Amino acid sequence: MANQPAIIAEGLRKRYGTTQALDGLDLRAEAGTVLGVLGPNGAGKTTAVRILTTLLKPDAGYARVAGLDVVKDADALRSQIGLAGQYAAVDENLTGYENVEMVGRLYHLSGSAARRRADELLQRFDLVDAARRTVKTYSGGMRRRLDLAASLVMTPPVLFLDEPTTGLDPRSRLGMWEVISKLVSDGTTVLLTTQYLEEADQLANHIIVVNFGRVIAEGTADELKTQVGGDRVEMTVGPGSDITRATEILRPYSVGEMAVAAERRHLIVPVAAGAQQLAAIIREMDAAGIAIDDIALRRPTLDDVFLSLTGATTDAADLTTAPAERPLAGSPR
Amino acid sequence: MNIAAPGHGNSTKPIIRPRIYWEIADALTLAKRNLVQIPRIPEELIFSTIQPVMFVLLFRYVFGGAITGTGTTYVNYLMAGIFAQTVIFGSTTTGIGLATDLQKGLIDRFRSLPMAKSAVLTGRTLSDVVRNTFVVIVMWTVGLLVGFRPQGSILAWFGAAGLLLLTSFAFSWISATIGMAVRSVEAAQSAGFIWLFPLTFASSAFVPTQSMPTWLRAFADRQPVTIVVNAVRGLLLNKIDATTIWEAVAWCVGILIVFIPLSVRAYNSRTAR
Ligand SMILES: Nc1ncnc2c1ncn2[C@@H]1O[C@H](COP(=O)(O)OP(=O)(O)OP(=O)(O)O)[C@@H](O)[C@H]1O
Ligand SMILES: [Mg+2]
Repeated sequence: MANQPAIIAEGLRKRYGTTQALDGLDLRAEAGTVLGVLGPNGAGKTTAVRILTTLLKPDAGYARVAGLDVVKDADALRSQIGLAGQYAAVDENLTGYENVEMVGRLYHLSGSAARRRADELLQRFDLVDAARRTVKTYSGGMRRRLDLAASLVMTPPVLFLDEPTTGLDPRSRLGMWEVISKLVSDGTTVLLTTQYLEEADQLANHIIVVNFGRVIAEGTADELKTQVGGDRVEMTVGPGSDITRATEILRPYSVGEMAVAAERRHLIVPVAAGAQQLAAIIREMDAAGIAIDDIALRRPTLDDVFLSLTGATTDAADLTTAPAERPLAGSPR
Repeated sequence: MNIAAPGHGNSTKPIIRPRIYWEIADALTLAKRNLVQIPRIPEELIFSTIQPVMFVLLFRYVFGGAITGTGTTYVNYLMAGIFAQTVIFGSTTTGIGLATDLQKGLIDRFRSLPMAKSAVLTGRTLSDVVRNTFVVIVMWTVGLLVGFRPQGSILAWFGAAGLLLLTSFAFSWISATIGMAVRSVEAAQSAGFIWLFPLTFASSAFVPTQSMPTWLRAFADRQPVTIVVNAVRGLLLNKIDATTIWEAVAWCVGILIVFIPLSVRAYNSRTAR
């Protein structure tokens, strides 16, 4: 699979009753990379993962994973993929160890290999102390980690992780990120859905934003951020300061639409060359006798991208637009 | 979490064996999984044993005195019916177990693994046969305590046990089909049980069918529960009737031929949620 992508899907459609869960979804992940799939609840992320892991047949469209058709070559494909679904699929009445060992046996490992793998993985996921307890006694995060351990039994070439760190504490989440990075550096391709945009930012080489079963934006994290806008200066002036004057001072620096929240004395200005401009703005404000309570240079985060693309409401209600300008997409903090 | 090198070693390669080998091996892996759980949730097994024990006591002591025309002591007559009812009711655990696996997302995991497709169902039906064997042994003991005296040869009694387990296996596949077809565990529970009441009571399990109205008797005499019960009864009471035994076996085989493919099909087209 030297030149072909590890995961490719074109025009996937899937309908549940009146819900069009997938509406012509295209995606592509090059071998050895992480594809991040972002999208609000109900966007169709899990449905896409189900189709790509052979659990569900698409109504239309086609997809290949590791060079194999997800419908026609489903049987062969199952030995090439690992799946950790959105809800931990572990057996409550088995111990952690028994769960992983069983999955090893079902991947057709020998008894000794399955046991050794179970030991290694439980250690890797910090579950050694709980290994001999039934999963019923595990916390949500522990189940999640066990589920991931089970999906890694074979270190499959292509791994699907549906919200892998939902419900993990920050330490476990960092640990999970390390595990994923390590797998990728060893050549595994990962498709990762997540609600944590920071996670996509950290891990994903390429990100697609899905809404209503379709890709509405894609690119690297940086590309997506630039799509929403570049750097911007966010400033809060002191009580009683002349906001109109401050707005006039800022106008020449603005490269786009400026937003002013008069009541909160808050101004947001998209700027071109961040740092120098910040210094210049501070000097000018000082000269004009305008007190600055707070000023910061901010890059848009993936949260801004997400909110602006998926049309979520922002708390920009109190932002009055400076004359002839519309409010910025994205919400000021 | 410490980051050990992922096992790319040779020993984590899957073993290559013919398909039929994995059909059996995977089913046994899953049967084992089901069986180790039984002692961990003992209340389930205890309740599924208490129910037939209550039936024995009720029929033996409450209705027994009023039932005549059995040609032997009522408790001797009754036990074949109790055994059959026990394994048939016990087979509903198959559907309930599968519906639970479906709801918990475990079936999704199994379906994403390169394992034999039939294994989840075969594993479950096999483990339920083992479980039913245990319950039948308990019922045998309870029967002896309340006056059950089997007649004839031990070999015939083992034949009766074999027929009961075949029946258990066959009904487990019906139950599996129901479990894969319904949308919830609760539905699997009620849909699995409801039709078994008329089937087991409108049979020769507890009363001779001669006492029934003609129209009911016409049904009762021909349906599989009666045939299995009569065959088992013959084997336990030294009145072996080869024709009935073959009819009973034929019924079980027929059920398997129809319901194995049906349930496998239902399994392949179902996912959780
Ligand atoms: N089995 C099903 N039956 C009916 N509707 C379904 C089914 N599975 C998914 N849907 C619907 O399809 C749409 C997409 O669901 P999906 O689970 O793929 O979303 P998602 O992006 O994973 O959401 P979340 O972030 O909440 O996990 C939703 O509207 C959902 O209600
Ligand atoms: Mg989802």
